[in-house]
Amino acid sequence: MKRQSKIKKHQNPVARLLTAGLSLILLAVFLVSPASAQRKMVQIKGSDTMVNLVQILAEEYMDKNPGTALAVVGGGSGTGLTAIINGTCDLANHSRDWKKSELDLAYEKGVRPRIFAIAVDALSIVVNEKNPIDTLTMAQVGSIFRGEIKNWKVLGGPDGKISLYGRQSNSGTYSFLQEHVLNNKNYSPEVKEMNGNAQIIEAVTQDAAGIGYVGVGYVYDEQGQLRKGIKVLKIKKDENSPEYSPLDKDAVYSAKYAISRPLYQSTNGKPSAAVSQFLQFELSPEGQAIVEREGFFRIGKDLIEQNEKNLR
Amino acid sequence: MRSVKKKGILGDLRESFIHRLFQASGMLAILILAGILALLLYTSVPAFKEIGFKEFLTSTRWDPTSPEKPEYGFLSMLASTVMITIGAMIIAFPLGVAVASYLSDVASPRVREIVKPIVELLAAIPSVVVGFIGLNLVGPSLARIFNLSNGLNALNGSLLLAIMALPTIISISEDSLNAVPAAYSEASLALGANVWQTLIKVKIPAAASGIIASLMLGMGRAMGETMTVLMATGNARAFPHGFLQSVRTLTANIAIELGEVPFFSTHYYALFALGLVLFLITFFINLSADVILEKQKRKLQ
Repeated sequence: MKRQSKIKKHQNPVARLLTAGLSLILLAVFLVSPASAQRKMVQIKGSDTMVNLVQILAEEYMDKNPGTALAVVGGGSGTGLTAIINGTCDLANHSRDWKKSELDLAYEKGVRPRIFAIAVDALSIVVNEKNPIDTLTMAQVGSIFRGEIKNWKVLGGPDGKISLYGRQSNSGTYSFLQEHVLNNKNYSPEVKEMNGNAQIIEAVTQDAAGIGYVGVGYVYDEQGQLRKGIKVLKIKKDENSPEYSPLDKDAVYSAKYAISRPLYQSTNGKPSAAVSQFLQFELSPEGQAIVEREGFFRIGKDLIEQNEKNLR
Repeated sequence: MRSVKKKGILGDLRESFIHRLFQASGMLAILILAGILALLLYTSVPAFKEIGFKEFLTSTRWDPTSPEKPEYGFLSMLASTVMITIGAMIIAFPLGVAVASYLSDVASPRVREIVKPIVELLAAIPSVVVGFIGLNLVGPSLARIFNLSNGLNALNGSLLLAIMALPTIISISEDSLNAVPAAYSEASLALGANVWQTLIKVKIPAAASGIIASLMLGMGRAMGETMTVLMATGNARAFPHGFLQSVRTLTANIAIELGEVPFFSTHYYALFALGLVLFLITFFINLSADVILEKQKRKLQ
């Protein structure tokens, strides 16, 4: 008995060394294999609103160009722009403009951003399907998220506290809504800050008193059908304007829908060959068709011209 | 036996080398701790300079990206952290001590062999999985029970943290119950007390300091937990007024904001100041748990 246990004790370190060695080898294989395959790696990071769209664009692109590997991750527009400034990604997705402080920091670090608009998003205000309200004015949406209107009764709905869902401060959608709908006022501290668009949809589906804001691509499911359990509100620019839905293509393309915005990608300086080719794919009629299929909107003429200038 | 024979100059050298090595490892732990504290202090000083102690310590509003006026008050987050930690302990402590008592005094060896590993497995569940359960199961259930529109609130966080703190509380409580000399319970049983009386009147009082230490270590565990509360409590910034309200803890706030904050800005330093607060709280909780445990050891020896 004693001898056996002794043997065991001696074996243990050997076994451990073996496992350590094996895992090291595995790690090395992992690290080396992409390089040995000679694929160009492009890191894309940022906006959570854009992550699904860019992921699908990247997949279709990689099917046609097996020589390039594109890795798309979310984290929020702020995270993406910080990554471009710090040089930890090749392409940043952002659903809002650069902030002045970010541009200053970028120039200070020698980063020269080039900005490309790849799609247009109609920011959608969503409520639970049981909510009888169909339309809100921009001012009402602002008041709701500033916490000034607290009960659905005020808006003609049932008596019940409005349950607010929003994004976190690293989100471009959070900043965009704050700037364009809340008129640069503070959000209510009661807003429950969720991790992404999908979580807001999930929460509003379950919460009969809920209201939230998401990129228009998120109101559709994988089959391109409108998601069940939510209702996308129509928005009026002001009390006397007609109402428009973000699901109405013509209204968005003619800029009648009040809260639409371009979705951007930024590079540091002139894009490398791999990045430039991917950008050209996104902006091609084929890429723009994917953009529309995913629920977002094609970019307009003025944006196309600007993109072409930046590609050069 | 062989090892004694082998001892010579070489053996001595080896022994002193190993001695040094272990000493260095011990010192390294202290050094790392001191280093973390120094780093936190160093990076939070600019925050206090730029924000001022008064705003940081007395304001309940935290909104660093506000276009109106950025404000950096940590009170709401401190209150949220304390609240859900206390809530978690109210749930987990009685339950944990009961399980520990059952395992140490009541359960048959076979049951113990099955239950103990299961309890320890609880600690192995990744916090993101616990958070997921909170988001999709505990939250909606709470909403139904309390007739709320949603279940993203402090109670949800407390329940999940209670589950996460249970393994700590159970295993340390059980250890300290087992450390009570057998003579204590033997004497009690010999005098005619039954198992329950022995447990309540003799063993738990004798192990009291260890059990309290388990509470404090469980608290430290709950307070530092991030992912679970981030997913389950809704992260609203308002000052908490009740357990059915959405709250944002110190840890969740750091996790949310550190990813996007521009380096070396006031906001960046302010997040480190929050980290310092969190560090000090958990440090003192763990320290007092250690002191209490040490006392019990001496008492029982």
